[in-house]
Amino acid sequence: MSGATDHLPRLLALVPWLLAHPGTPVADVAREFEVTEDQLRADLNLLWMCGLPGYGPGDLIDIEWHGDRVTLSNADEIGRPLRLTPEEALALIAALRVLSGQPGIVDGGAIERALAKLEAAAGNAAAAERVVAAPTPGADPQIVTTATDALARGRRLHLRYWVPARDESTERDVDPLRVFSNDGVVYLKGWCYRVDDIRTFRLDRVLEASVLDTPVDVPESARQLAHDSELFTPAPDDRLVTFSLDPAARWIADYYLVEDVAERGDGGLTVTLRAHDDAWVRRLALGLAGVGRVTDPPELAAEVSAAAAAALAAYDA
Amino acid sequence: MAAERTERLINLVICLLHTRSFITAERLRETIPGYDGATSDEAFKRMFERDKEDLRDLGIPLETGTTSYSDDDIGYRIARQDYALPALALEPDEAAAVGLAARMWSSAALGAPATRALRKLEAAGVEVTALPEGLQPRVGTGGTDLPAVAAAVREGRRVTFGYRGATDSESAERHVEPWGVVWWHGRWYLAGHDLDRDAPRVFRLSRIVGEPVAVGEAGAVTVPPEVDLTALVSASDASGGEAMARIRVRHDRAIGLRRQTVDVSDDGDGWDIVTVPCPDPHRLAEQVLAYGTDAVLLSPPEAREAVVQRLQSLVAGRP
Repeated sequence: MSGATDHLPRLLALVPWLLAHPGTPVADVAREFEVTEDQLRADLNLLWMCGLPGYGPGDLIDIEWHGDRVTLSNADEIGRPLRLTPEEALALIAALRVLSGQPGIVDGGAIERALAKLEAAAGNAAAAERVVAAPTPGADPQIVTTATDALARGRRLHLRYWVPARDESTERDVDPLRVFSNDGVVYLKGWCYRVDDIRTFRLDRVLEASVLDTPVDVPESARQLAHDSELFTPAPDDRLVTFSLDPAARWIADYYLVEDVAERGDGGLTVTLRAHDDAWVRRLALGLAGVGRVTDPPELAAEVSAAAAAALAAYDA
Repeated sequence: MAAERTERLINLVICLLHTRSFITAERLRETIPGYDGATSDEAFKRMFERDKEDLRDLGIPLETGTTSYSDDDIGYRIARQDYALPALALEPDEAAAVGLAARMWSSAALGAPATRALRKLEAAGVEVTALPEGLQPRVGTGGTDLPAVAAAVREGRRVTFGYRGATDSESAERHVEPWGVVWWHGRWYLAGHDLDRDAPRVFRLSRIVGEPVAVGEAGAVTVPPEVDLTALVSASDASGGEAMARIRVRHDRAIGLRRQTVDVSDDGDGWDIVTVPCPDPHRLAEQVLAYGTDAVLLSPPEAREAVVQRLQSLVAGRP
């Protein structure tokens, strides 16, 4: 597309924004519109040349400077923002629907009211009833609300947390740093006093949560770490495990962060993934019984096989 | 060059919003600075056609009609009431929800339009309030062109795409009349009528290979009025039903299973018997398998049989 297709909508948004925010420092406007200050000044110079036919002093858009602060006037015709494009309406409405499908993060009533107003404003552009989000099973909304509440108020949390790899429930105090979600799973990241380190907790594995009266007390360095680090950070000492998967178990490659994937040639896959915890791999491998197995390392393959034999004994088969 | 063109387009928009009567292309050529650069009628016509197309692409409601001077002269104007975003009064908690939603997209395909939309709302006077720092729900676009799929749904156009199902090793071309897009259990799906199979089908967007392409006329797709999009996806996801399963579980173990229980009874010797819903015996088998010697599936027989067979094949070194 031509440069004008980006440039024009920005300027048509800039004019009403400046009318609604008179006297804003130019640096703030540039940040809001994600352009450099130089680009923004060029935009303003351009607008200053525009106006009504006749193009005399009273017809043109007026721009006044007070130091670094800019005020725009005499732009009645384009003084209202252009209505939302279908893509813009989709971007807000679909995200709100997804948000309402993860109850507890934001008050559901506020989402429904906002959706109704946006859909009315977007009009036909939305076709909103054809993009839907089903509630995601998982975390108890009450627990999500407790976590976001502790985050907002800067209070320590007490959690009873299920660790699936070891299949045990643990008690821990956590200073919340982030509550985030990824593809429908809601997580809490925080400073865990049980291990004195940053940990990420899946809220659907939190069995109980309560907000304590203690204010959070996390060193700034740890706080920074919580924002920088990725959801899963593979550690260098993680062990590499290779699985041979039948077609029915191909989903593993979609579901887990895998190091390597190769077609087996018969519709199956060979995948290699990093495992932090042997107990977790044993569980995964047992769950895949009949549709996939560990091929490397061999001692792990033997362990899984022995665990399967022990489990089978309980069935007298 | 680009800046001159933007300037011309802004003057054109202002002029066409200002006018009540339709203005001919010839009159616009004389009026708007920038068209005087056209050296021939042909060159002007090309410029003007491109300008009209750009305005319409942005969603600017350009109207055509006859001028007051003559029924033969076609003129242009912009419908003022359809140009502007209608007034939008959001309460602080509603604005906060919108602000959070606009930052949710992890892909620029919808992140960029979300930011543009937010700026328009702010320009319309909506004050987006601050949220607790660290509150960051995210959503992806399914690894494919979600906006393109949604546009095909909105416009009622057929779509064609390469698709590789969960158990397919090769992708195959699919032809679909799209009915709607559904976010289900953290993933995006397209529900519609599969023209090759002549039946309703559900497609996970992350399994689309390459770009989905809209084909044919807008409005060619008719969505059955009674269709329930979410139900289509949920039906494809599991067999459903009210079946229950009974599992013998060691005390304090298999916490994942215990969280779904509708009933627990003590079975002695450090074991419990838990009852859980079993919509899909094979999925339940997989879940029980992962607990090794800590869980023994008692019923339904189909699920128990699946566990036994799968353990046997693992012990025997298959597959």
